[in-house]
Amino acid sequence: MIRAALLLLAVLALPARGEEVVASLSQDTIAITANFDGSEVFVFGAVKRAAPAPDGAPLDVVVALQGPLAPVTVRRKERVAGIWVNTQAVEVDLAPAFYAVATTRPFEEVLSQTEDLRHAVSIPRAIRSVGAPPDVQDSQAFTEALIRLRADSGVYRLEEGEVALEEQTLFSTRFELPANLVEGPYRARIFLTRDRDVVDLYEAQIEVRKVGLERMVWMLAHDAPFLYGSLSLLLAIVAGWAASAVFRLIRL
Amino acid sequence: MQLYLPIAEVSANAFALLGIGGVVGVLSGMFGVGGGFLVTPLLFFIGIPPAVAVATGANQVVASSVSGVLAQLRRKAVDLRMGSVLLIGGLIGSGGGVWLFNLLQARGQIDLVVQLAYVAFLGTVGGLMLKESLGALRRARQPARPVKRHQHVWVHGLPLKMKFRVSGLYISVIPPILVGMSVGVLAAIMGVGGGFIMVPAMIYLLGMPTKVVVGTSLFQIIFVTAFTTLMHAVTNQSVDMLLALVLIVGGVVGAQLGTRLGARMKAEQLRILLALLVLAVCAKLAIDLLWTPADVFNIAHGGPA
Repeated sequence: MIRAALLLLAVLALPARGEEVVASLSQDTIAITANFDGSEVFVFGAVKRAAPAPDGAPLDVVVALQGPLAPVTVRRKERVAGIWVNTQAVEVDLAPAFYAVATTRPFEEVLSQTEDLRHAVSIPRAIRSVGAPPDVQDSQAFTEALIRLRADSGVYRLEEGEVALEEQTLFSTRFELPANLVEGPYRARIFLTRDRDVVDLYEAQIEVRKVGLERMVWMLAHDAPFLYGSLSLLLAIVAGWAASAVFRLIRL
Repeated sequence: MQLYLPIAEVSANAFALLGIGGVVGVLSGMFGVGGGFLVTPLLFFIGIPPAVAVATGANQVVASSVSGVLAQLRRKAVDLRMGSVLLIGGLIGSGGGVWLFNLLQARGQIDLVVQLAYVAFLGTVGGLMLKESLGALRRARQPARPVKRHQHVWVHGLPLKMKFRVSGLYISVIPPILVGMSVGVLAAIMGVGGGFIMVPAMIYLLGMPTKVVVGTSLFQIIFVTAFTTLMHAVTNQSVDMLLALVLIVGGVVGAQLGTRLGARMKAEQLRILLALLVLAVCAKLAIDLLWTPADVFNIAHGGPA
């Protein structure tokens, strides 16, 4: 009896599982060179079906692109004796350096809160914050401020209606990556949703890394800091001397 | 032309960076101030992270100071002996300053202390200089009134006297050492070379002639900022060589121009200009402290904000 019920459930669930994402990104690595000035990632794909598309609620696509995670401290200023002073601070455990979500329709209409909670898709869910110091009552305000500040600087973006979906099958969207891109793995997730539930999920990764001169400088600074510092000083001294010498020649 | 900076991890306009370097270089050559108090805020303004701006700014100041000192040396306007005495005091002072910095940082109020120190010092120094140099200019317009150049005050009664030929002084080494020490403490806390405090201190406390002050100040700034750069490179890896290179190219050219501009001006005019510059920076900082900020929240570290 129980087995029969389970089988029935599985069969009922089948049409939903019958739809799969097949997707690709325009590039899987982004090289940061000396003249790097932002980049663009094009995400495209199709929905693979064993059977014709089910009737009822339309199909939706949500694409989330997440940069490397790092801890962040958010501080709040207060007026103390007429002067604005940093008084409280909240450490946000992990916040992505870049986060963009693109959808076919308004976010609330394509993903339920339960699914958002499960997959951490919306911007507030992508930030992991556990607890605040005891002197801070409204830690929520700090995470909201983090999102607001980063949204203002263009690194957190919600792009509703930016995914183009044709014939319930072909979809595409593009993300503009800013010039101040942080190095590391960027995780792309593509969700197929129907009736605000996730039907299928596809994941891919883009590696963002410095190359050539950029890489060499960075490596030296981190692997041999003393040598790097001395080289920087030598550069400064030689340049100062050279300029002085050149100007003297011009003058004579 | 955009340039991606490997340590700052942002891309910035190369011409804007050259311009910033140039402006700071001109000031450096003209007034003998390193320009650290100016280059850091300008770099913040174009989006360079604060830690990188402070450390790389120090590296640029080394270059423009070297360039400036060499130009001043040819004009025999550097008192190497006085510079060395000030430097000894300065190194002792910065040791103490670093200790104080760590103490304040543990209390979490270093930013406030730095800002208040800036406002208090810049305000006092700038105000006094402006008043004095305006007075000097007025006296110069009414000739035939002899002005006594060296007043005999308590400073001249101290032991351990030394001859500073370039400055034309015969004074005890205690005042220069003390001046060097206090500037060293402030420089370490405020993260600057300390030229804007050193220059007025040399003129008013030590009685050095203005023309010698600029070169001598630059001479000791080289060492202080070189030390700062190395410390930042080793402890925070926050010196951006590419950013420094572009700033330096602008800076060394600016420093040469500044030195020539400064040589054509009267000492009083030079001091009035420096006083106005110091007061302008002071006003900007005071406004930041008193004005209601656009956003009471700020992101302290971790990626672009």
